[in-house]
Amino acid sequence: MSGTFVGMPAFPEAARAAVGDATLRANLRHATHTIRDKRARAVAELDDWARLREAGKRIKDHTLRHLDRYLLRLEEAVTAAGGTVHWAADAAEANRIVTRLVQETGESEVVKVKSMATQEIGLNEALEAAGVRAYETDLAELIVQLGHDRPSHILVPAIHRNRGEIRDIFRAEMGRWGRPAPEGLTDTPAELAEAARLHLREKFLRARVGISGANFMVAETGTLVVVESEGNGRMCLTLPETLISVVGVEKVVPTWRDLEVFLQTLPRSSTAERMNPYTSTWTGTTDSDGPRAFHLVLLDNGRTDTLADEVGRQALRCIRCSACLNVCPVYERAGGHAYGSVYPGPIGAILSPQLRGTASAVDASLPYASSLCGACYEVCPVAIDIPEVLVHLRERVVEGGEVTRRGVRVRLRPAKGHAAERAAMRAARWVFGHPGALRAGQRLASRTRAVHPRTLPGPGRAWSATRDLPPVPAEPFRDWWRRTHGEGSGA
Amino acid sequence: MRVALFLTCVNDTLYPDTGRATVKLLTRLGVEVDFPEAQTCCGQAHYNTGYRHQAEPLARHFSDVFGGYEAIVTPSGSCAAMVRELYPRLGERARAEGRGGGLAAAVAPVVPRTYELTEFLVDVLGVTDVGAYYPHTVTYHPTCHGLRSLRLGDRPARLLGAVKGLDLVELPGAEECCGFGGTFAVKNAAVSAAMGADKVRNAESTGADVLCAADNSCLMHIGGTMSRLKAGPRPVHLAEILASTEEEPLT
Repeated sequence: MSGTFVGMPAFPEAARAAVGDATLRANLRHATHTIRDKRARAVAELDDWARLREAGKRIKDHTLRHLDRYLLRLEEAVTAAGGTVHWAADAAEANRIVTRLVQETGESEVVKVKSMATQEIGLNEALEAAGVRAYETDLAELIVQLGHDRPSHILVPAIHRNRGEIRDIFRAEMGRWGRPAPEGLTDTPAELAEAARLHLREKFLRARVGISGANFMVAETGTLVVVESEGNGRMCLTLPETLISVVGVEKVVPTWRDLEVFLQTLPRSSTAERMNPYTSTWTGTTDSDGPRAFHLVLLDNGRTDTLADEVGRQALRCIRCSACLNVCPVYERAGGHAYGSVYPGPIGAILSPQLRGTASAVDASLPYASSLCGACYEVCPVAIDIPEVLVHLRERVVEGGEVTRRGVRVRLRPAKGHAAERAAMRAARWVFGHPGALRAGQRLASRTRAVHPRTLPGPGRAWSATRDLPPVPAEPFRDWWRRTHGEGSGA
Repeated sequence: MRVALFLTCVNDTLYPDTGRATVKLLTRLGVEVDFPEAQTCCGQAHYNTGYRHQAEPLARHFSDVFGGYEAIVTPSGSCAAMVRELYPRLGERARAEGRGGGLAAAVAPVVPRTYELTEFLVDVLGVTDVGAYYPHTVTYHPTCHGLRSLRLGDRPARLLGAVKGLDLVELPGAEECCGFGGTFAVKNAAVSAAMGADKVRNAESTGADVLCAADNSCLMHIGGTMSRLKAGPRPVHLAEILASTEEEPLT
């Protein structure tokens, strides 16, 4: 799959296509089950996991409650350390700022650290339009970029690809972007990694501008933090002359002490490691070492509006570990692309409709992309009650309600396309409010059971396409009770 | 002890056998069972589909019907979870929206007194051996609400383990959702069906005669998939297994 997320079909339709793709399903099943089992073992090693989870939740909630204060402190500290802070209200503004900063260096290519924020705003495309080529240096992001593809997982963007597909992409595409793949490249992990290494090394040594995101920003010292497995990010952070970091405002933590909690919970939840292999921290600029110029672009893009929602704001606690994706039975079958966003899986299903609103068909369908099984809430290292937020957003879709858009309270109307469902829910509610009506309906169903169709009309067709309905019994329970226990018993 | 049976609308309409089995089992254990006939539905489908305001009068109706009972027992993990976990939230939200504490006060008595069947047997009655006889190989699917909302833990397995003649075999991927999810089964039918098919495949791989669960809505989805695929063991509600005895075996 290639191209843009804009114009994606709604989730059920996109998911149907993915379910039918046997290779995709096998890739996803293998990858998610491997990582979820490893995560469970890594978490079980800690006897204070529940307390760490609670601590992470509290730190994030506290920071979000006083976000204005911590962001100002961060700005002060970054500035004092020789960096420059830019504030971006939305994706367009962030892209304009970064493009201008790159153009001011006179460069026409940049190397990139894997970053969700820059994916979210479509920075690569914006740079491309301005004549600047952005090279992804994370192995999985490289595979996605070379394959003219879209990431389908927060942590493992190329999770939907297997080794054979990656070999083919490297062979066909590497030469067009720089150093070609070695002759006779096979699909062994060592050879694939070496091909990427040679290809990327050339980029690291040439680049004069690096672009990153950050996992955390420490307000007290103005320090940014990236945790990664490959060390490619560290090359991007230290080799160029100019470093531009684009970070969502919710990534700030007050102190280094707070960071301690997340440096334990993030690697175990994401890669099932006790500690991630590379933790890079950078604070402004330093004489005779590292970048000469450092810019921090603080990205809002719907975050403060999300913060205004009492139930939905907990999504901003997310530390992008992707444990919820790996454990989600829906993600496992539908794949990441079906979510129509850089944030797939359960967290994407609650984050995207808040950051982008529920106006589009895909965003309105995301709150329903879950069976509410609760596995995501159970694994979340910052205890985001994803099922609760999903139901909250479903209510927003079907009933409308008050939301904040660009700082202004607006009243949403109920989304279109739910009229029949709303009528059915109202009718059911009425029947359930009148036990006599329920009894009459049950009796009618029992008496007509010989002529019940095996397939259902309307929305019920989706059920009867793959599943048989249970036969309606000859006698509903309440009639049996009355027959055997007498009229009016237990009323 | 006198308890109210909250059978649930799905069981009442489609699975009366589960209701009869629950009555038979509780009566055998010396419990006096009432079936308040004004009972209807807990409102879970409304709540989970986003029609919270439609769920509120159903929560109030439930509380009116069951408020006077010392214990309310239901053979459905998800309906028990609705009452225990979500009724307090409904009450709090009504209060937060300036509609007063009436709903919160109405649901307060029923929330702690509502038990899923296995909780009631193990925690309240303190029994794990209910005197059942069921000579079959059984595999158990712990439903999502039982597993993650109510945290039933090993209660069902302990009850099944004490059944005479019963051979309990482990279900691979037991903790994975079967794909029902209420309206999810219709709204995202393709994913739901794929999840159901995997559950059936796992159940089939155990070689068991019977797939047991404590929630008929999940069994309706899994059983409907099995029936269509013509594969997998027979779906049976836990209450029917526990009600079965040598004198009166489950037919």
